[in-house]
Amino acid sequence: MHQAQGTNIGTSKRMSVGEGGSAFAFAVLAFLSIVIAAKAHTAEYAFHAYLFAAASVAAVFAVGRLYMDRPATLPPLEIDGKPNYNMGPVKFATVAAMVWGIAGFLIGVIAALELAYPGLNGGLPWISFGRIRPLHTSAVIFAFGGNVLLATSFYVVQRTCQARLVGYVAPWFVILGYNFFIVVAGTGYLLGVTQSKEYAEPEWYADLWLTVVWVVYLLVYLGTIMRRKEPHIYVANWFYLAFILTIAVLHLGNNAAIPVSIFSAKSYIVWSGVQDAMVQWWYGHNAVGFFLTAGFLAIMYYFIPKKAERPVYSYRLSIVHFWALIFLYIWAGPHHLHYTALPDWAQTLGMTFSIILWMPSWGGMINGLMTLSGAWDKLRTDPVLRMMVVSVAFYGMATFEGPLMSVKAVNSLSHYTDWTIGHVHSGALGWVGFVSFGAVYCLVPWLWNKRELYSVKLVNWHFWIATIGIVLYISAMWVSGIMQGLMWRAYTKFGFLEYSFIETVEAMHPFYVVRALGGALFLVGALIMAFNLWMTVNSATVRAEKLALQPAE
Amino acid sequence: MAHDKPRVDAATGTTTTGHEWDGISELNTPLPRWWLWVFYACIVWAVGYWLVYPSWPLVSSYTKGMFGWQSRDAIVADLAGLKVLRGPMTEKLANASLADISGDPSLLEFARAQGKTAFADNCAPCHGAGGAGAKGYPNLNDDDWLWGGKLTDIATTITHGIRSADPDARTGSMPAFGRDNMLPKADIAAAADYVRSLAGLPADKGAQIDKGKQVFADNCAVCHGEDGKGNRELGAPNLTDRIWLYGSDKAVIVEGLTNGRGAVMPNWGGRLDASTVKALAVYVHTFGGGEKE
Repeated sequence: MHQAQGTNIGTSKRMSVGEGGSAFAFAVLAFLSIVIAAKAHTAEYAFHAYLFAAASVAAVFAVGRLYMDRPATLPPLEIDGKPNYNMGPVKFATVAAMVWGIAGFLIGVIAALELAYPGLNGGLPWISFGRIRPLHTSAVIFAFGGNVLLATSFYVVQRTCQARLVGYVAPWFVILGYNFFIVVAGTGYLLGVTQSKEYAEPEWYADLWLTVVWVVYLLVYLGTIMRRKEPHIYVANWFYLAFILTIAVLHLGNNAAIPVSIFSAKSYIVWSGVQDAMVQWWYGHNAVGFFLTAGFLAIMYYFIPKKAERPVYSYRLSIVHFWALIFLYIWAGPHHLHYTALPDWAQTLGMTFSIILWMPSWGGMINGLMTLSGAWDKLRTDPVLRMMVVSVAFYGMATFEGPLMSVKAVNSLSHYTDWTIGHVHSGALGWVGFVSFGAVYCLVPWLWNKRELYSVKLVNWHFWIATIGIVLYISAMWVSGIMQGLMWRAYTKFGFLEYSFIETVEAMHPFYVVRALGGALFLVGALIMAFNLWMTVNSATVRAEKLALQPAE
Repeated sequence: MAHDKPRVDAATGTTTTGHEWDGISELNTPLPRWWLWVFYACIVWAVGYWLVYPSWPLVSSYTKGMFGWQSRDAIVADLAGLKVLRGPMTEKLANASLADISGDPSLLEFARAQGKTAFADNCAPCHGAGGAGAKGYPNLNDDDWLWGGKLTDIATTITHGIRSADPDARTGSMPAFGRDNMLPKADIAAAADYVRSLAGLPADKGAQIDKGKQVFADNCAVCHGEDGKGNRELGAPNLTDRIWLYGSDKAVIVEGLTNGRGAVMPNWGGRLDASTVKALAVYVHTFGGGEKE
């Protein structure tokens, strides 16, 4: 394949190993996918195999085009002594994050409404709560959050290392390959393809694909760090690296599954019983710890000092809390399995390490908030900075609430109730959502070389509408969760349970409605943001100082 | 960049570390004291907790903690506490006959309390939270009983179920006269007309009540009785009242005659203990339609 395209161009132009190798690999994958599609046991799996085939063929053409359109030599690492940043993949991931984010928030609102009004799916299995719930969680965590992490990590690593991303095809492969994984995962949920592991629902073939993408991500990231000119590695990059490495380990451990056949979507996990539960929550909790905490702390460590134009508060605190955080987080998973078949000793360790984790988590909050010393006045005028500072406050609140809920006595009330949902969303909407919004508000004018955002006023609207939405959401869930827990454990004077399950569901209805309203407000805020960003990209105000020289993309 | 010397930050008076990345530098602020002490305190607390409770895994065992606490003991203690809360009544209920319960107001009150909880958790999904039933699931509030409304009848139904796998289950089902080619369609329609007339429902236009009466006498009366008042031995409903399990529309009756009826109630005897079944029987009996022995 690559000779055919290589020969009709000038003699000195040669296809790089990355171009030729990836085109060949995609051609093989396309062939394999077509064979699997033809012999697939189920229509759903055949559909996914055809998706793989179509994407592989498209990838072969895309690599060919990339090769045809470029000059004889690959883009230089530097132009006039300045790094020649590769921002194309960053732009793509930024746009993808907004698109997936809005889709994920919308699905969340629908799921919330289905809980309040169970008949809302109209009897259609594809949009029943059981299927759109993983669609929502994956869309917001992996599609929205994942693209924000990809975009910011590729941006931050280049800027703080003063180096162009390693590879020519590889960065695009990471971004597009990751988003293809999202498509396979999401369509799988709607079609009922799932391995039934929370936050790890995609089946074995999607997991294998993600593994390849993730290894390339790690290599691109490490390679770029090795190109840095500064002898030290900036703290944001430590957090990004911890995130990338640990997610790789978690992904492999929790998805150790054996497929029934290469022609079947179904697989069986090698772990069983309580070991499987433990591995699942080792994964689940550290997905929170390393995806939603370490990764987004990396964002905080770059974008807050950058936007506040202040030095990071404490270098020493960043070192101590980084190592403490990544050492301690990995132990905390068993607190998801209190009062279960998990041995008592494991429950004890999960709980105590969660408590010890409190201060290491707060180290990030202190460094984020105190970086504003000398710049607090900016919170009045800069709603983007305010959004990020409020996100750090939510981070502090959620990382206090988490250890609290891991205490067994508290957990006996909170476990399995909506309190958990409220806790998760104060972290997800308040911390992850707001710090991502802040970073994307910064990134868009920088990437598209605009002087400023289209409208600061609209950012203010977004901030307030979304904040009210979060407050409605989490307070509704706190009240309903604690009420639910108290109803479950209430006994009559004769020693029998006071309430039946359905009575607790009935009692929660008004709070479910309030929660849906809160989620809808959060969605409205994101729509305002998308409009604002769209207008920013299409505005004529070009930045005086060009961010970087970029090859045509 | 890398060559920058540490400088003093004007706003805080703290020196920087001298590193700089993309315009970001770092202050050399020491660790906040309160942060460090709370961190230490959490570690000390955790070590104390490890000494008291089971915590660290060993080769084939684990550290048991100072008092040998384990969650298995805790649940045993909790259940014992519940037993104390329920007092001597549990035992009294276990030894009482159904007739004894009705005669002892305090025991009756206790049994009703236990029955209410058991009903909500086990029966309400089909019969409704208040026992009002739904299509195919009998209303337990009225005095129309398919299999009998005495305490002993209700207890038998709960224990063995209806058309369940239990060998002592209540059996008997409505045959599928149409599907099994036992009656032609015209006869089925006529029988439906007659059944509606038995309950005093207005006759549809063209209703063949007389023909239906004959069909009924030949095919239905054996279970439902000559007068249509039903037979509890077979679970054959009384057709002369206005209480309908599936509905009184002619189409619904024709459907039942054509395809038969045979809904199942699970046998709870293996799932609930004898006391709970007794409590449930008493609870359902006091819904309003309970019959005397």
